[in-house]
Formats: sequence, structure tokens, C-alpha cells
Amino acid sequence: MAQSPSKSAKSRKSSKTKDAAGSDEFALHSLQEAHEASPRYDASPEEMLQFYEQMLLIRRFEEKAGQLYGLGLIGGFCHLYIGQEAVAIGLQSALDNDRDSVITGYRDHGHMLAYGIDPNVIMAELTGRQAGISRGKGGSMHMFSTEHKFYGGHGIVGAQVSLGGGLALSHKYNEDGGLCLAYFGDGAANQGQVYETFNMASLWQLPIVFVIENNQYAMGTAVSRSSAETEFHRRGTAFRIPGMDVNGMDVLEVRNAAEIAFKHVRENGGPVLIECNTYRYRGHSMSDPAKYRSREEVKEKRDHHDPIEGLKKTLIEAGKSEEDLKAIDKAIRSRVSEAADFAESSPEPEARELYTDVLVETY
Amino acid sequence: MAIELKMPALSPTMEEGTLAKWLKQEGDTIEPGDIIAEIETDKATMEFESIDEGTLSKILIEEGAENVAVGTVIAMVLGEGEEASDASPTQSDSPSAEPEAQKPGEGKDEGRNEPGGISAPEKPRGEPKSDPDIPEGTSYTSLSVREALRDGMAEEMRRDERVFVMGEEVAEYQGAYKVTQGLLDEFGAKRVIDTPITEYGFAGIGTGAAMGGLRPIVEFMTFNFAMQAIDHIINSAAKTNYMSGGQMRCPVVFRGPNGAASRVGAQHSQNYGPWYASVPGLVVIAPYDASDAKGLMKAAIRTEDPVVFLENELVYGRSFDVPDVEDHVLPIGKARIMKEGSDVTIVSYSIGVGFALEAAEKLANEGIDAEVIDLRTLRPLDTQTILESLAKTNRLVIAEEGWPVCSIASEVIAVCMEQGFDHLDAPVLRVCNEDVPLPYAANLEKLALIDAPRIVEAVKKVCYAD
Repeated sequence: MAQSPSKSAKSRKSSKTKDAAGSDEFALHSLQEAHEASPRYDASPEEMLQFYEQMLLIRRFEEKAGQLYGLGLIGGFCHLYIGQEAVAIGLQSALDNDRDSVITGYRDHGHMLAYGIDPNVIMAELTGRQAGISRGKGGSMHMFSTEHKFYGGHGIVGAQVSLGGGLALSHKYNEDGGLCLAYFGDGAANQGQVYETFNMASLWQLPIVFVIENNQYAMGTAVSRSSAETEFHRRGTAFRIPGMDVNGMDVLEVRNAAEIAFKHVRENGGPVLIECNTYRYRGHSMSDPAKYRSREEVKEKRDHHDPIEGLKKTLIEAGKSEEDLKAIDKAIRSRVSEAADFAESSPEPEARELYTDVLVETY
Repeated sequence: MAIELKMPALSPTMEEGTLAKWLKQEGDTIEPGDIIAEIETDKATMEFESIDEGTLSKILIEEGAENVAVGTVIAMVLGEGEEASDASPTQSDSPSAEPEAQKPGEGKDEGRNEPGGISAPEKPRGEPKSDPDIPEGTSYTSLSVREALRDGMAEEMRRDERVFVMGEEVAEYQGAYKVTQGLLDEFGAKRVIDTPITEYGFAGIGTGAAMGGLRPIVEFMTFNFAMQAIDHIINSAAKTNYMSGGQMRCPVVFRGPNGAASRVGAQHSQNYGPWYASVPGLVVIAPYDASDAKGLMKAAIRTEDPVVFLENELVYGRSFDVPDVEDHVLPIGKARIMKEGSDVTIVSYSIGVGFALEAAEKLANEGIDAEVIDLRTLRPLDTQTILESLAKTNRLVIAEEGWPVCSIASEVIAVCMEQGFDHLDAPVLRVCNEDVPLPYAANLEKLALIDAPRIVEAVKKVCYAD
């Protein structure tokens, strides 16, 4: 907000000595250096198992959603999170859920599951049923849980970034110690309002962590074909926002980056920009046949960089048995089947719901 | 139990497709993620990926088969340790069988089929509220609209810590049009926030802050610049409560001057009333005098719904009596009868009300008794007050400082046609700005904008008085 140190652009500029510029440089890189020094979060066996289960739940849930879409039970747009699981789990597991908020774009199923929100009500929203978390009126792209401080689920590319700036403003205004985690994609990273928000977030020192989930394609356009600067973590530099370049296919690296970024925001205020390099295995949405990339490219990512297989290896090295992990998989499959059954058998909204929730008050 | 693989849909509209190619054969082991087949429509080809683990035990649709209906069982998969005898389709023996779809009452993508056809339920209506009574003996203070708006905001900021103002030049400059004068001194920089000139960004931040529980007042220097931010006003603020099934409130007020100012040319002179009033999920207020400006500003800040509050630069400096009551809050959605009359009704809002009152005075001199209605709120529109007046006068003119096409005027005419047809003794006429971008030259600008003589002329027409 405007009362933050009286450093007008002009006075800041004129007072900037070489040394000060040097320390700015340091501030912009220090988080990345801290991350690189020790990139993997030292998770306890319980935490690791939990990450595994959560990522697997997202994977199986999304596969099921794809199947239900194929059967016509889910309509419209449906953007799956398969391949990107480590990002949501790594970051959200580090939040303080009593005070922090999260906002994202339309690829939002994974972020909701990461909160432990009941898969039944998420799947029922996808099938457009009364029991859905938005009472069937939002759909795949428009899901919210104010109870968890999850603020959606937004369908306009980049809109969630400035809305997230507003959530961060409310944290600062209320002095509640919370921060906002605002996710967006490499496509949204080219939207103008993102930079308007970077500017204000840095100017007002808002407690926000911007996360670019770089899954390499904005719909069907590869980053190199749409972005002049593909090192997205550098995109905040012009606004004095420190950036971090993170392997988004490893949940422990993501979690490690989250620890560093969140600590920085809580202690110093002001935004941080994290680029999580990840990969989506499926098309942009269900109606995308993904012809803009080769089958080999997808296979290479799946075979050698899969976040779930990667963690599975770590778990087995740490002494977990294949049987234990198989049992987890089985339990999750049955949980997802239950959600699908629930979503298929729940009734559609009552006709009178057409007119509810347009306005809160009556006039 | 064996798993049935069904013909998938590539898009919400796909009903059938071609099974172009099997990439796995009977007896092959499959794992989640394996591409099993390629499906084609006239628009695209899609790879059909397995989400199951097991053995492809039987292919039921040969490759190359065309017009395979979505949902048809195309193959069977056996899980670990299952016997081949398990692998026969459970229900849809015939590949062309209807997809297992129509559970009673629940349609798939088409929605439920109500017996007797689908009909929308009756739209619920709120009870119209009246302005609070002003006790006898109440004194009045003459205030400019500018001061009244500021007082309304300041009172609400004193009352509720969550209320704050943000926008270009609202703080240190004291407001580009001085509407926020003095607020910085009283409330400090935390609650009166100067923003950079980035409408899209700060409208989004204001909207997000409302979602986060605050009560932002977002000032646009003029509504012309809010076009850069209209996505947040409509897509983020207006729709979220509905899309979230009532979970996410967005109590934000977007305010600023709207409509033509004076000699500022086409880009800075436009009435956005009809734009915002067409959007479900928004409340749109456009007051005329100082009392309504204050009372409705306070109501706008207090309501749980997002509000677009349209002011007018040319009216800011005009002074009107405002009652000295402790808490002057007026009802949203209620029009005001500014002058009672029996011969004809003139409906208007914002700056148009001034022209309408001026016209009514001239008409009175010519023996025509006009009733003047100030809509005050454009959404929800107080159709009841319009129709009651029409039932009394049987003639109606609507005056709007704005373009005629797809306007509040055309909406009021539609309401009169649909719900007041039997009361009409003459066609409803609209008096609007000329249908051109507003010109700069003084004479042309004058020609383009509405004025009292044009309203007088229209009233005489509907009264057949010429």
C-alpha cells in the first residue's frame, strides 16, 4: 500500500549507488541460490508417503475424469492436470492453511484435491450435479472452496493473477500474516495484467507468491513460439521481484522452493516469482488431439521424468515395498471409482437453481 | 471383473466416430498411459489412452469401422489373474447398442428431460422497498453531488474498517474530480490508495480484495477507462457468486464519472449504463441529485453484491438539499418520482433527469402535466414504478444521455410493450443522443446530445399536442 517506505521512483533512482544496485542483484538471485544449494526438501517418511498418495489421487482422478468426459458425462471444457501433480502438492503442502489463500486458472482439479477436498463433490461438479462443490453451476473451470481459502478456478487466462493480488492485499490489510499463492501458466504469463499486478505487488510489497506452471505449451503453441523470454523466472526482474527456477517434476524440489519462497514473503513481505517447469501429458483440454508435439516427446517425459514414478523410486529406496505401494494404488482407485459413481448417480440441480445465487441480496 | 473399453467422445458434440487403428492387439499387456487405439472424426484424430492395467482380451470393433457411436463397448480388458471367460460385455452385447446412458431422469450432456418438456421456473422477484420516511422537522443542507458522494464514502469508512478506496489520483491529488477530497487526511494511506494507471490490474486487485473479505471502492477516473477493466467487472465480479453456487461474495463498488463531459471528444464521452445493466450479477446505480448520490452510495458500499456506480462529471458541481439524518441510506432498485403529473410520464436517469425536469416545467406552461421518474437504479430496473405511472398517464417518453441503440431507453420501451400495452395511448418515444461518436466541435457536440427542447418535442408528439 501507499504508505510503504517513501521511496518514489525518482528518489530511488537517484539514490541508487553501485553498491545498492549490487545488493538488489543479490536480493533478486538469493532465493534461487539458496534453492540450488540444497534443492530437495528433506521429507519425513510420513510426508513422502503423503505426497505420493496425494499425487496419485490427482493422477487417478484426472484419468477417471478423462474417461467420464469420453463417455459424455462431463461436458464443455475439461483441462486435466496429469503430469503436473508435483507442482500443486509440493507448494500447497507447505502452506499454512489457517491463513494462506490459493487462486488458480481453469486447470484447477489438482489444486482442489491437494487441499484434501472430497473428490465426490469435485467429480459431481464436473458432471454438473446438485451435489457439486459449485452446485453444478460452475463446472470444471469454476470451482471454489472459501472454507479452505481456495478462491477458484478462473476461466479467463491471467485474470487470477490480479485477483490473487487482491487476495494478497486483503492479507496485508487485515494483518493476518497470510500469503496468497497465485498459479498461472506459461500462456497466461504473456498477459498484460500479469505485469500490471507484478508492478503493484512489488510497489506495495504484497504477500504473494506467483507460480508459473510452465507446462511447455500454451494450448498448442510451444513456449518458444509464443514467448520472447522463455526463462519465465526472470520475468519479475523488471519489477524487482526475486525469481526461482524449479524442477516441477519433483515434488521434493517444489516443496523445497516453497519453503524458501514462503519464508521470504513472511519475513520480508513482497512478492516472489517461482517458475515450475513441468509437463502435461494430455492435450490442453479434452478436445485437443495434441498433434503439435510428438508421441516420443511425451513418452520421454513419462518414462524419465514422471513425478509419481520418481517419488515411488525414492520411497522404495527408503524401504517401502512394492506391495505397500500397490495397496495404496488400489485404495485410491477405489476412492476415485466411488467419486465417479457418486458423480454419475447424483441428481442434476433442481430447475429453481437457475435463479439462485445471481445476486446475494433482494432489491 | 473384466473392464469394458467404450468409444470415447473427442468433444462435447461428438456422437460417433471412426475407429481408425488399433495400436494394441488381442493378448497384449497394457498399462495406464498406453495408447490403445486412434479415433477419428471429421475434425480431429485422438489417441485413446488406457487408464487401466491388464491384458487386452478381446477387440469387439474392428479397425476401420465407421460411425461407431460414443459409448459403444469396443474392447475388453482383463485385470491381473482374470480368466478369459469373464471377458464378455456385461450389458451392451451388440456394439451398436445405445450407450449406457439414460438413467431415469438424468440426461448426459443434454441435461435432464422433464416430463412435459423443459420449462424455466418463474423468476423470483424481490418486494419493492420504499425510501425511508424523513421525520417532520428534519433540516436540510445544500451539498454538491461531489460532496455528497464523498460524505457517503467517508461515513461508510468510519462505520466499517473493511471499506477502502483505490484508484488513480484518489489520495494525494485528492481525486481527479475531487470526489475523494479529504479522505486521505482522515483515513490515511492504508485506506486511500493511489494506483498506477493500470485499470485492468487494479480492477482485478480490487475485485480480489472483495473476494478476500474487504469492501473496496474502486474509482475509475472515468468509466471510459474502465473498458480496459471490464473483464474483471463482468467475468470476475459479476459471475463468481453464481459460478460458485453462492460461496464467493464480491462486495465491490466500481465508481466514477460516466457519460459525456464537455468537449473531450469521442473516446472520453460515453454512457456505459446499458452495457453494465445488461449483465446479470451486477447492480447498476446512476443517481442524479446529491441526496440520492449519498444515500445510494452508502447502500452500494453495504450490499453484498458487486455494484457499478455511474456518476456524471457535469452534475458533480450542482448542489441539492440533502436531509440531515444520521444514516441516510436509500433502497437499491427503487425509482423515484421527482415530480408527479397526470398527462404523460418522462422516464430518465443521471444527467437526463435535469433535462426532464426542465422540460416538465416548460410543458407545464403549455398546459401539459408531466410526471418525471428518475430510475436511479438501472439494474435491477424498477419496472413497477414505470408501469404504474404509465397506467396513470397512458403516455411515456424516455430521455437518456446515451446512444439510442440497445439502450436503457429501448429496454424501457420493451417493458412498456410487454407489460403495459393495454395502457398505451401512443407509442413510447425515446429521446437519446445522436447515433454517432461524440464530436469535438462545440456546435456538433451540442447537436449530438439530448436537451430539454427535444424532450418537450417528443412529449408533445405522444400527447398529440402539435
